[in-house]
Amino acid sequence: MKFQGTDTYVATRDLTLAVNAAIALQRPLLIKGEPGTGKTLLAEEVASALGMPLFQWHIKSTTKAQQGLYEYDAVSRLRDSQLGDPRVEDIGHYIVHGVLWQAFECDEPSVVLIDEIDKADIEFPNDLLRELDRMEFHCYELHRTIKAKHRPLIIITSNNEKELPDAFLRRCFFHYIKFPDKETMQRIVAVHFPVLKHELLKEALEVFFDLRDVPGLKKKPSTSELIDWLKLLLAEDIPPEALRAKEAKDAIPPLHGALLKNEQDVHLFERLAFMARRKQP
Amino acid sequence: MLVDFFLHLKARQLPVSTNELLALLEALEARLVSGSLDDFYLLSRAILVKDEALYDRFDRAFGEYFRGIEALPGFAPEVPEEWLELAARKHLSEADRLKLQKLSYEKIFEQLKERLAEQKERHSGGSKWIGTAGTSPYGHGGYNPEGVRIGGESVGNRTAIKVWDQREFRNLDDTVDLGVRNIKVALRRLRHFARKGAATELDLDGTIAGTARNGGWLDLHLRPERHNAVKVLLFLDIGGSMDDHIQACEELFSAARAEFKHLEHFYFHNCVYEGVWKDNRRRHGEKLSTWDVIHTYGPDYKLVFVGDASMSPYEIARPGGSVEHWNEEAGAVWLERLLATWPHAAWLNPLPEAHWSYTSSIQMIEQLLGKRMFPLTIDGLERAMRSLSK
Repeated sequence: MKFQGTDTYVATRDLTLAVNAAIALQRPLLIKGEPGTGKTLLAEEVASALGMPLFQWHIKSTTKAQQGLYEYDAVSRLRDSQLGDPRVEDIGHYIVHGVLWQAFECDEPSVVLIDEIDKADIEFPNDLLRELDRMEFHCYELHRTIKAKHRPLIIITSNNEKELPDAFLRRCFFHYIKFPDKETMQRIVAVHFPVLKHELLKEALEVFFDLRDVPGLKKKPSTSELIDWLKLLLAEDIPPEALRAKEAKDAIPPLHGALLKNEQDVHLFERLAFMARRKQP
Repeated sequence: MLVDFFLHLKARQLPVSTNELLALLEALEARLVSGSLDDFYLLSRAILVKDEALYDRFDRAFGEYFRGIEALPGFAPEVPEEWLELAARKHLSEADRLKLQKLSYEKIFEQLKERLAEQKERHSGGSKWIGTAGTSPYGHGGYNPEGVRIGGESVGNRTAIKVWDQREFRNLDDTVDLGVRNIKVALRRLRHFARKGAATELDLDGTIAGTARNGGWLDLHLRPERHNAVKVLLFLDIGGSMDDHIQACEELFSAARAEFKHLEHFYFHNCVYEGVWKDNRRRHGEKLSTWDVIHTYGPDYKLVFVGDASMSPYEIARPGGSVEHWNEEAGAVWLERLLATWPHAAWLNPLPEAHWSYTSSIQMIEQLLGKRMFPLTIDGLERAMRSLSK
């Protein structure tokens, strides 16, 4: 069982190695990287490549570790008891299974995505230590221990907003998705736009990497923004020549709104473009 | 089996644990990689390193181990020539600068002793004697890339290696309240509420859940009130090159006072050494041992330095480099010690960020803090607080 990237996802050598190590040794894999480099996508692609079901758990600032295991719906039970519903006798009816419970009880090996773990409370990762380590937890209401039938592959993504505790990190494998270089970027674009005109791609990538090199941008455009921009270029049928006119009077690339998401960045860029224009005779 | 490699990483201060070594061995046993050193590098990095900030350190350690190169000692003891070049004042011409003799640190002291013995009268100008406005390494108001300052204010280039007179520094005044609102707003980001103390507040959600769980019998739940739980240690640089920035510091200090319950401040001069003080007027009498400070405050404190970090590189890198006294251990050693005790740290620098790259000591400090130096502006404060609250 080895992950090699898919038709729609280009994985570099270091990434596949990290994923395969996590699969072989059954450890959680922690993925970090710039926003828009395909961290969340990785779990989906791994699941589809290996033909395993995917369980997604998207974390918010209010998410508690317990919610990933199970929740006891006491309010429904109270209502049922007042209405005299016979279901109230069995507490099991009111235990709502969380993502990890579903994955643990799954009859085949599965992939679990814990997305943006850094959004949660600072204690969140600590509360999951034993669950991720032993792949089991105890349900107090049912007096039962839920143990994973097959240890799922757990992929965790983080945007580095909070530091994760050491004990948690020690249990994970780690990979940092670097921003792709030009060559990898070409492969990624080729995967998404198989029929893109070679010339347009070359010009677009040049504009894109030039834009990333502009000093002082608050948010550099990333892979997902490049893909969106190319989609727009195709939809508007922009000719490659329009992109080449870099140093001429319209120095701002067409549809730059897809690449620059910050008003200050657009201003900065317009100012730079203006200065470049003034330098021209 | 790779134990030496493991210990080597440990010695290079990579936080690796035995568990991870076992995982690496397990991975090798599972034949995840075959023979290629590149693959082994990628695999060991994925298993052993858990922070992209440590990738560089790991790369160096890996390179050292597998190329069998003798490791560099922790801090390069030689101060590169370029640093001093950078610090050199602009108004001297290239030819003038070449004429100046570059003396090594020990040599300066030796010669200073000799010349103090030789010299009996006041001196001004010239290039050998201690005095004013000359190019001798000793005295003040002159130019020499590695000068020792004896009395007087240093003129602009701020690289004098010793201030031998004891200067009066003003206490930072925390009653200034003008224009600090902005700073307060930025500092507010650091506030972190936690529930501590006696349970006095009605927990509505808990009460409803408890009541439902009880089958309808009222079950009151109480919880402690929220308090600001952030604790801050503030280290303020005072005197010398910081005189120009006192205004900005006073404002920050005044804002910080109002914002946190647990705030301890300490003063230092240029770089932290074995002693700090709490009251600037009595600084020479009431010095606190930095060890005591380290042992007093727990690791949940956040460490904030305020200083321009502009000094002679010797003051950071060398024992005995301090401008005020003989320090047994280099400033860098003390800084690292503080950072190890309180990992949440930031350095606020009143100098504009664009100028940092021209002063070598700023770059050294920035490197010691792992790039956590921020300008003393609203944006810089915001960034600092965000990094501190991670």
